[in-house]
Amino acid sequence: MRRLLKRSLQKPELAATLLLILLVVVFQILSNGFFLSEANLRGFLGLMPEMALVATGVTLLMICGEFDLSVGSVFALMPMTMAVLMTQGWPFLPAMTAGLLLCVVIGFLNGWLTIRFAIPSFITTLGMLFMARSLTVVVSGGFPPRLNMEAIPASLFVAFVGPGSLVRASFLWFLAIALLMGFLLGRTNFGNWVRATGGFLPAAQAMGIPTARVKITAFIICSVLAGFAGMIQVMRLGSPLPSAGEGLELQAVAAAVIGGTSLWGGIGSILGGIIGAVLIRVIDNGLVLSQVDGSWFKFAIGALTILAVIGNSWLRKRGQAMKISEH
Amino acid sequence: MDGNPTAAATPVISAHGLHKWYSGVHALRGVSLDIRQGEALGLVGDNGAGKSTLISILSGLHAPDSGEVRVEGRPVRMRGPRDAMDLGIETIYQYNSMVPTMTIARNLFIGREPLKARIGRFGILDERRMRAESVAAIADVGLHLRSPDALVGELSGGQRQGVAIARALYFKSKVLILDEPTNHLSVKETAKVIQFVRSLSAQGVTCIFISHNLQHVFASCDRIVAMAHGEIVLDRPAGETSPEDIQTVL
Repeated sequence: MRRLLKRSLQKPELAATLLLILLVVVFQILSNGFFLSEANLRGFLGLMPEMALVATGVTLLMICGEFDLSVGSVFALMPMTMAVLMTQGWPFLPAMTAGLLLCVVIGFLNGWLTIRFAIPSFITTLGMLFMARSLTVVVSGGFPPRLNMEAIPASLFVAFVGPGSLVRASFLWFLAIALLMGFLLGRTNFGNWVRATGGFLPAAQAMGIPTARVKITAFIICSVLAGFAGMIQVMRLGSPLPSAGEGLELQAVAAAVIGGTSLWGGIGSILGGIIGAVLIRVIDNGLVLSQVDGSWFKFAIGALTILAVIGNSWLRKRGQAMKISEH
Repeated sequence: MDGNPTAAATPVISAHGLHKWYSGVHALRGVSLDIRQGEALGLVGDNGAGKSTLISILSGLHAPDSGEVRVEGRPVRMRGPRDAMDLGIETIYQYNSMVPTMTIARNLFIGREPLKARIGRFGILDERRMRAESVAAIADVGLHLRSPDALVGELSGGQRQGVAIARALYFKSKVLILDEPTNHLSVKETAKVIQFVRSLSAQGVTCIFISHNLQHVFASCDRIVAMAHGEIVLDRPAGETSPEDIQTVL
């Protein structure tokens, strides 16, 4: 029993889960029961996958010990590239593939530059944040193209599906990707290498793990997920905006951190990152429904980030300090 | 020690004429060393004497600029620590052989995870086997830890060294290189590590013990090799030398 309690106290996502339950209850009361209504859930679950996908990638990368601040810009650049290619007559599938390949290149560059020149990824990806954003504007030529929705199998990505049309197809994509990432991190040897690389690099190297390749792979996954999420948003809105995803990088880091991911790597879980992203969406949505001035949103996210990190480290220490009798 | 007629078997590691330069510094100046199976060799020397350079060559971290390393008589070229590990040479560094944020079971198998199903190098971890065998491996070195799911960060320094040694033995390492294993350990834990080292020779495992602390080396090793200025300056059975002798040559 105590062992179970100790294990759960050391779960990185515990504090965020508790906060999530608390906030859902509070908003449900403040919004007079509208928060958990079908109409609101439908809207909420329609938007949530976009941010949660970005947070999933950022969480994986942070567990591997690196940062990616360029995800917000990649979020805009991928669909912009795809849309521009489509206006030039490319069919959907090749255009999407080209967009995703661009994300692979950006992720690779982020990782390769960071490792080759031994500079902090904070800097590499900060540079990439500006460059990718600038490229987005350049590619769009100043006039964002309209997506020809007829040429896109939107039903595969954004149509409402399932019983009662509660979720969009994007939610299913998100679910599948999140499960895959959770599986990759938790159950495979690659996941073990990611944790070891982020947890203590010299040990991972001494044990013969190809840490550079592991990191570059994590950078690529992070970029691709950000681009994919951006594409889903553009399909939902119908037009790619050069300003899409601005500030998303910091929200994604906040989501990962709220969900228990350590800034120093090694600690965290995909589930935690997702719970962090859901929390941020819940606050956004809940504040509006509770008729609180929307300007308080960022304040709430900021306070939550600090609170969650303090809560996490407190719970973890309590868990570690907990003695279990020998048998 | 070359050509010693009493050494009937081939040395487990044989280094010959090793030279290494680091950015203009001649760190190793023709080091030759034969290490017999089951030997507990203490490698001593001041900072910059070349101990670490020699070890980094034997553990596959660096390649020598000239000279040859043979493992059980076969010349080898190691391109990384993994090659050394595959040859049965495992190095336990003072701090960096364990990931504190991971469990004991996960740490024991880093880079050598047993897989239930695989595609190429990648696959699904056999976690049940990892947990069961890590418990057994740790018990084999006389260490009793409450659970394979405890984080390594929660263990004491001595326990960590014990887990690292258990890991090396589990993977049937023939040669164990211990780099300053007793630094920052309490007296009691140091005794435990020295006891580990002594039990290694009994099991036929060769051990290279690097330390600043001559007492620890004499307590655990049967042969002492001292280095200074990139060369071996003393190589004797532990019974035929003393910490005082060594102080004078260093």
